[in-house]
Amino acid sequence: MTNPPVLDLLAKYDPLIAEHAGLLSTGIRDPFGIVMEKVLSPTEAIIKGRHTILLGTYNYMGMTFDADVIEAGRQALTDFGAGTTGSRVLNGTYQTHAACEEALKGFYGMSHAMAFSTGYQANLGMVSTLAGKGDFIILDADSHASIYDGCKMSNADIVRFRHNDVADLEKRLKRLPPEAGKLVVLEGVYSMLGDVAPLPELVAVAKAHGAMVLVDEAHGMGFFGEHGRGVYEEQGVADDVDFVVGTFSKSVGTVGGFCVSNHPKFEILRLVCRPYTFTASLPPAVIACSTTSIRKLMTAHDKRARLWEATRRLHGGLKARGFRLATDTPESAIVSVLMPDQETTALMWSTLIELGVYVNMSRPPATPAGVFLLRCSICALHSDEQIDIVLAKFEQAAQMAQLALHEHA
Amino acid sequence: MTDRATVYARIIELIEPLNTKKVALTEATSFAGDMEMDSLTVMDLVASMEDEWDIMIPLNLLPDLETIGQVADAVAGLLAKKG
Repeated sequence: MTNPPVLDLLAKYDPLIAEHAGLLSTGIRDPFGIVMEKVLSPTEAIIKGRHTILLGTYNYMGMTFDADVIEAGRQALTDFGAGTTGSRVLNGTYQTHAACEEALKGFYGMSHAMAFSTGYQANLGMVSTLAGKGDFIILDADSHASIYDGCKMSNADIVRFRHNDVADLEKRLKRLPPEAGKLVVLEGVYSMLGDVAPLPELVAVAKAHGAMVLVDEAHGMGFFGEHGRGVYEEQGVADDVDFVVGTFSKSVGTVGGFCVSNHPKFEILRLVCRPYTFTASLPPAVIACSTTSIRKLMTAHDKRARLWEATRRLHGGLKARGFRLATDTPESAIVSVLMPDQETTALMWSTLIELGVYVNMSRPPATPAGVFLLRCSICALHSDEQIDIVLAKFEQAAQMAQLALHEHA
Repeated sequence: MTDRATVYARIIELIEPLNTKKVALTEATSFAGDMEMDSLTVMDLVASMEDEWDIMIPLNLLPDLETIGQVADAVAGLLAKKG
């Protein structure tokens, strides 16, 4: 007896394989295959033997090489070993994890904190666990993949509103049954275009319809608001936000995710949130680095000021050179350059990397409305000199890629 | 009350501007397969239908709504329930 032919489950990806091969056949470098041979500092690495300025790492506060952060990790590695080999609810909670959650409570001024193994899992876990069958999740159309995936994993009904559109959110909330549980999911900073949400208006509408509110501050932690808590703090809506989700892999400079809240029943989530329960906890070194970094970020006022200064320099410089930007003013530490099509974007990206500048290339469906972007994220440790080099390289690359620049008004 | 034929006709009008491949639109035409619409376009299209009839079509229903006919059935059903 012979077996039937095996159907290739990867065949569904043939169109994408062909598209990617087509892109590379034009002779450009693979935008999704960069290898950093050496990392010299939060702003510089060696890529293909070339000294490269990093402008696409989300390392906003430059904590990855902070001496205190590294020393904390070294000590924890020695004292607690390489890994926990277990779930937070079994053998995977060390004194290091408890200390990190204390640091988070202090940073946010909230009574509860849960540290997840990644930021993706924090959103996946919170969104899917808070809303269950019969509840509604109302999310912004431009939400991060981790929020969409959390929606998929929940048994709730999912309603999507137009990006940052207060009237559209209200219209959609009005269609929901008043007696049903509702979770409105927002982000402080949206990472593709680098734009900021009008949280006071959105949160007010959510509250007027009896919804709980979760705000993802992945790209806002560290440099928005008096204590660096995020956009929700800067815009003064802290009292009306029920859950704040964040990540260690941006301003904190390590890896991991978290949720903080004042909800009195918050602690039960440790037992019911599957992406928290059914995975190994962060290694002691990583969580100890995170704790030290979070504590230092509480008072990093000079770094915050420097980050905004460097961001304004890059945004203003690109604008003055005729690049089209996703936001008219620098709203966050992400500056997104609008590109006309896939070919020009790839060529421009490839030229920049050859010139020693790393940025992110972003394309649909990760981007909203089918736009192509070259996305820059700024670090507080970028010097004015580095920003000026980047600006010159952008101009040079635009010429080489024949990207039309606009007359400066 | 809006009957299914009226709903179907209006859905075709809403789809037409997004039908970039210019495929023939029938009850059996599928959004992803025949029209090659990406998921974002489909979600935007659903939003426009929600606003057209002041109804709610949760995103978690979309996997079951592959063809124009299935969407017309769903919208007509929601309108009937609404009364």
